[in-house]
Amino acid sequence: MSLSDYFNLLVSDYTLRTITLGTAVLGAVCGMLGSFAVLRKQSLLGDAISHAALPGIALAFIITGVKDPNLLLIGALVSGLIGTFWIKGIVKRTRLKNDTALGLILSLFFGFGMLLLTFIQKMPNANQAGLDKYLFGQAATLVESDVWVMALVTGLSLLVLLLFWKELKLLLFDPDYTKTLGFNTRFLDILITIFIVLAIVLGLQTVGVVLMSAMLLAPAAAARQWTNNLSTMIIIASIFGAFSGVFGTAISASQDNLSTGPVIVLVAATFVLFSFIFSPGRGILFRQIRFHRNRKELNLKKTLTFMYRIVKDHDNISHPHAIRILNNFHGFTRKTLEQLEKQQLIRVEGNEWAMTEKGFEEAARMYHQIGNNHD
Amino acid sequence: MTEKPYAIQIDDLTVAYDYKPVLWDIDLKVPEGVLMAIVGPNGAGKSTLIKSILGIIKPIAGSVTIFGKPYKKQVDKVAYVPQKGSVDWDFPTTALDVVMMGTYGSLGWIKRPGQKEKKASLEALEKVGMLEFKNRQISQLSGGQQQRIFLARALVQNASIYLMDEPFQGVDATTEKAIINILKELRKAGKTLIVVHHDLQTVPEYFNWVTFLNVKGIASGPVRDIFNDDNLTKTYGINYKVAVNK
Repeated sequence: MSLSDYFNLLVSDYTLRTITLGTAVLGAVCGMLGSFAVLRKQSLLGDAISHAALPGIALAFIITGVKDPNLLLIGALVSGLIGTFWIKGIVKRTRLKNDTALGLILSLFFGFGMLLLTFIQKMPNANQAGLDKYLFGQAATLVESDVWVMALVTGLSLLVLLLFWKELKLLLFDPDYTKTLGFNTRFLDILITIFIVLAIVLGLQTVGVVLMSAMLLAPAAAARQWTNNLSTMIIIASIFGAFSGVFGTAISASQDNLSTGPVIVLVAATFVLFSFIFSPGRGILFRQIRFHRNRKELNLKKTLTFMYRIVKDHDNISHPHAIRILNNFHGFTRKTLEQLEKQQLIRVEGNEWAMTEKGFEEAARMYHQIGNNHD
Repeated sequence: MTEKPYAIQIDDLTVAYDYKPVLWDIDLKVPEGVLMAIVGPNGAGKSTLIKSILGIIKPIAGSVTIFGKPYKKQVDKVAYVPQKGSVDWDFPTTALDVVMMGTYGSLGWIKRPGQKEKKASLEALEKVGMLEFKNRQISQLSGGQQQRIFLARALVQNASIYLMDEPFQGVDATTEKAIINILKELRKAGKTLIVVHHDLQTVPEYFNWVTFLNVKGIASGPVRDIFNDDNLTKTYGINYKVAVNK
C-alpha cells in the first residue's frame, strides 16, 4: 500500500481512522505532560513508570482470568502508581539518589513482570496468548472506546494545566520558593505525577512498556529547541507528539508488517534530531554559522583597526600603503582585504591599499570604542 | 504588659539530615528592623537555618515563630531570596516573568496576575536596575543580573522580613554595591533583613546585626558589640585577629 492509498483509506476505513485518531491524541497528551517531566529533570521517571506497569498488567490477568484491555490497564495504573511512589519514597527516605532509585524500581518491577508473563504462558488456559504485546504495543487493537478514554484524559489534563498554570510553572522553576509562598507543593506534585502515569498507561497498548518513555520525552525535547516560552513549548510539544502519532501510523500502515509503536517513536526521534540541528536559536547548525560569522567579522574589524593605526598619523588618509606591512599582523589574509574592499572601506591597487573616507570613519569609531573599553 | 514580639524567634531548633546534626539546639531572637548577617564556616548550617525558618526543611525539634506566630500563618510577611544556583536558569521564561512569580503568593490559588501585578513587577525591576532586560530570556542574563532578578522577585512580595541566601555570591563589585544599597533602603523602611554572608571584611560596613553560627549558635547581637576576634575565633576555630584588623 502506498502513502496515497493510505490517505484514501483513512477517509473510508473506520479502523484505520480510529487508530490514527488514537495515536494522534496519545501523542498530543504525551507531548503536553512530557514537557513537565523534561523541565523537572524527571525524564527517566516515565521510563520507570512504564516498566513498573508491566506486573500490574500480568497480575490483573491472573486475578480476573480475562484479557479485557480496560481491566489490564487498571492493573497497569495501580502498579505504575505504586512504582512511582516507591521511587519518591526511596529518594526521600534513603540516601540513594534519584537515578539509582529509578533504575532499581524499573528493573525490579520489569523483572517481576516478565516472570509473571512466563508464568502465565505455562498456565492451562487457552486465553493467555498476546499479553506480551504490551511490551512493544499494538496499535491495531485500538477501538473507539480507547480513543474516547484518551480524549477524556487529554481534556482533563488540559483543564488542570489551565487551572493551575501559575502554580505548576512556579513549581517547575523553583519548588522551594513555591513552598515559601504558601502553596502546597505536595498536592501539585501528586497532581502532575498522576497525570503523567495516566498518560503512560494509556500509551502502553499502542507503544508498549519498553518504548513508552520516548513518547513522553521526544516531543518535549524537540519543542524546547524552538522556543523560550513555556506555554509555546507545551503547544509545540503537543503538535510534535500528535504528528508523530499520525505519521507513525501512516508509515506503518502503508508498509506491511511494520509495527506501529516503534515507527511512532522513530518519527518522534526524527523530530528531535531535526530540531537539534535546525532550530534557529539553539540548533547546532545556526550556532556554528553564527560562530563563524562572528569570527570573520571580528577579523575584519581587527584588520581595519590595525590599518587605522597606520593611517591616522598621516595627513592624507587615502595615502596608499604597501600590503606587505600588514603581513606581521595576525588575522590578516588576502580574503579579509577582498572583503574590506567589497564593503568599500579600503581600495586595493596592485601591491598597495588605501583607506576610503568611509573606512576611516568606521575604523575611527571602532578604534575609540575599543580604546574606551581598555580604560 | 505585652511585649512586642520578635520578627523571628527560634527556640531549641535542631535539624539533622542523617545522624549528624546540621543545627544543634539553636536559640535566636531577631528584633524587628535589623539588617543581620549570618556568618559561619562552610557546613555551619547557614542555609539550613534559613530554610528551617521558611518551613522548607522540617526540624527534628524546636519551634520557629514569625512575629509570634508560626510561619504557615505569616507567609505573606516573609520574602525569600534563594541561592542563585538553586534553580535551572535555562528554564523557558523571561526576567519579568520570574519577578512576577513574587506576586503569586498574594494572589493565592488559581487566580492569575493582572495589570496591577505587572506594574509592581516592572517597578521592582526598575529598582534593581534591570528594567531594560525585562523581556530577556533568563539564561542570557549574567550571574549578577540573575541575582538582581531574584532580589526583584522578593521585593515585589512587599514583605516585612527578607531572608537571603548568599545574595553576594559570584556578583561583581557594582552589583554588590547596588544590592547592599537596596538592602539598606529596605532597613530604613523598617523591614527586617537576614542575609547569609561570607565576606567577613564587609560585615561592619554592611550590617548592624550579626549572628555567628557553627552548627550551634555562637552569638547574636549588634555588630559593634559582638563582632570581635573572640567570637570569630569561636566560630571559625582559628585565630581571626589578622584577617579582620587588616
